[in-house]
Amino acid sequence: MTMSKLIWALVFLALSLVAVPWMIVATGRSDLYYTLTAVALLAIASGGVWLTFYIGRINIGQAAYALLGGYVSTILVVHYGVPFWLTLPLAGLFCAGASVLIGFPILRLRGVYFAMVTLVLTEVARLLALALPVTNGAKGLVNIPLPGPIALFGIELLPDFAELANPRRAFYFAAVVLMVVCYAALYRLVHSRIGRLCLSLQQNEELASSIGVNVAYLRLVIYAISSFLGGIAGAMFIAISQSIYPSSFTIADSINFMLNCFLGGLGYVLGPILGTFLLYFGWDLLFKAGQFQLLIFSSVLIALMLTLPNGLLSLRLWKQTERTVDG
Amino acid sequence: MVQPTSPQLVSFMAQVIANGLYLGAQYALIALGLTLIFALMNVLNFAHGQMYVLGGFITYYVYGQLGFPFALALLASGATLAATGGLIEKFLFRPVIRRSIREESTMLLAAAVAFFLDAMVLLLFGEKQRGVPKIVNGVFLSDTLIMPYDRMLIGAVAIIMIVVFMLFMQYSKPGRAMRALAQDRVAAQLMGVRVDRYSMIGFALGAMLAGVVGGLLVAITGVNSGIGGPISVKAFMMVMIGGAGVVGGAIAGGFILGMLESVGLSVLHAYGDITYLVIFAALMVFLSIRPNGLMGKPWG
Repeated sequence: MTMSKLIWALVFLALSLVAVPWMIVATGRSDLYYTLTAVALLAIASGGVWLTFYIGRINIGQAAYALLGGYVSTILVVHYGVPFWLTLPLAGLFCAGASVLIGFPILRLRGVYFAMVTLVLTEVARLLALALPVTNGAKGLVNIPLPGPIALFGIELLPDFAELANPRRAFYFAAVVLMVVCYAALYRLVHSRIGRLCLSLQQNEELASSIGVNVAYLRLVIYAISSFLGGIAGAMFIAISQSIYPSSFTIADSINFMLNCFLGGLGYVLGPILGTFLLYFGWDLLFKAGQFQLLIFSSVLIALMLTLPNGLLSLRLWKQTERTVDG
Repeated sequence: MVQPTSPQLVSFMAQVIANGLYLGAQYALIALGLTLIFALMNVLNFAHGQMYVLGGFITYYVYGQLGFPFALALLASGATLAATGGLIEKFLFRPVIRRSIREESTMLLAAAVAFFLDAMVLLLFGEKQRGVPKIVNGVFLSDTLIMPYDRMLIGAVAIIMIVVFMLFMQYSKPGRAMRALAQDRVAAQLMGVRVDRYSMIGFALGAMLAGVVGGLLVAITGVNSGIGGPISVKAFMMVMIGGAGVVGGAIAGGFILGMLESVGLSVLHAYGDITYLVIFAALMVFLSIRPNGLMGKPWG
């Protein structure tokens, strides 16, 4: 990552960690903390979906991993007393492990077949959560304790969320930092050698494998990273809402993750952030429209597709990317 | 579960098979529409379940509320959905397919259309579960089988429609044109097939099938605005079992899923509501052995 990119990331962090809270205090709209936290976390999960798009797979199964991550984290916290901040990476790793097992057969599928099987996977996750005894079925797990403190050598790095006057703000900070870290990693990955190889996978797998790219291994790794992102996003989301049900993440969420990527544009790493932001805020703003919310929302989506079928960010780089990204 | 004795077992089996055939015929019709749209335009129609729901509500309204004959209500469902499908193809999918650089963009459009139809149905018909009076009363009883007459009638209508659809695709001029389109779009165009027109007819036909099944099933199970998504998922499963874009595959997938569901519901009900979990797991294993389904083309 070059210096200017680093500066941009720092500017973004400063804006979102200093300017946004200041504005929220100034306007008194403290409910925005929750909305923005949700956007940040959903953007992480959408980033995972975007990564699978980058290797040419349409992934409509991210909600399955978000749900899985949420349950892993919750069960570790509730039943085994593991600190939340430790369960966060564990949930991600568990999802990555599960995705390797699941991905091994299904990553051989392409196009619509992969899309359909991942969609079905979302439904499998929901049914599994309903059937397993450890998840407490449809009643779900509620009253999950808030994350505890992190201390290193006696110095408190993160406070106990339960003792804070405004845990929402703390969650907001945590989520934004997590999102920036995840997207920095994603950016680094996409612009590394592996990223180039992924692009070759997107264009032609047979050709890539004929010049010595280990296609099967690479797509498994990418899918695992994607599911890792889904898992941590889900775990964090559940920690905020403090309750989890089999319906916490459903097919609608899977489709929304996919829509976020499309809306932002598939050729741009930061596309999912923009897509998530617009989609979530748009939906929130339309809340006043009452029963017409879904109608207006879907009409706007259709209109957007008709005018900008290649995503919003395609406006900026229209001429340059037309050939280079999707060739 | 008690181990059934021999005559009981025969009866049990006959019942399960009859239920499976009845369900399978409905499912096959749904899958046919989805696979037709996919074969012609390479569009995965997320809105298929919503089209089914819309068809169901139109039949509910025309037959249940206005009191017209059931056959007329079915016609109304089919005609409305065919018109809707044709318009959606002409004014939404066609321009987007022409202008987008990645063909996956159509999925976003399909999802948006699904949301739109959901919203329309919710606004027009409300969120309540709706049913209609029985079309035929009475139950068929024999030593081995118990089956309400209306189910038998609906099942028979569905099977007749499948046969008519296959004959249409096989022997009529539009059917032949659409098969040519599915095989090779460019070659079909070079042979003088009017691609745009037959894409539109195909989309309308697929939507019509979804609507008619919705209308048929409203007489048995009723309809509510929330079942569109689950129906789409089932349709996707059938298409995956049989292979995307193949007419025979959709029919096979529909009957297989109907049979599995029927067997699962009667054999596994002792273990709780896990039929679909088992079917999903089996599907994963099956797809790892045959990634393109039973009859699918060997590409993605």
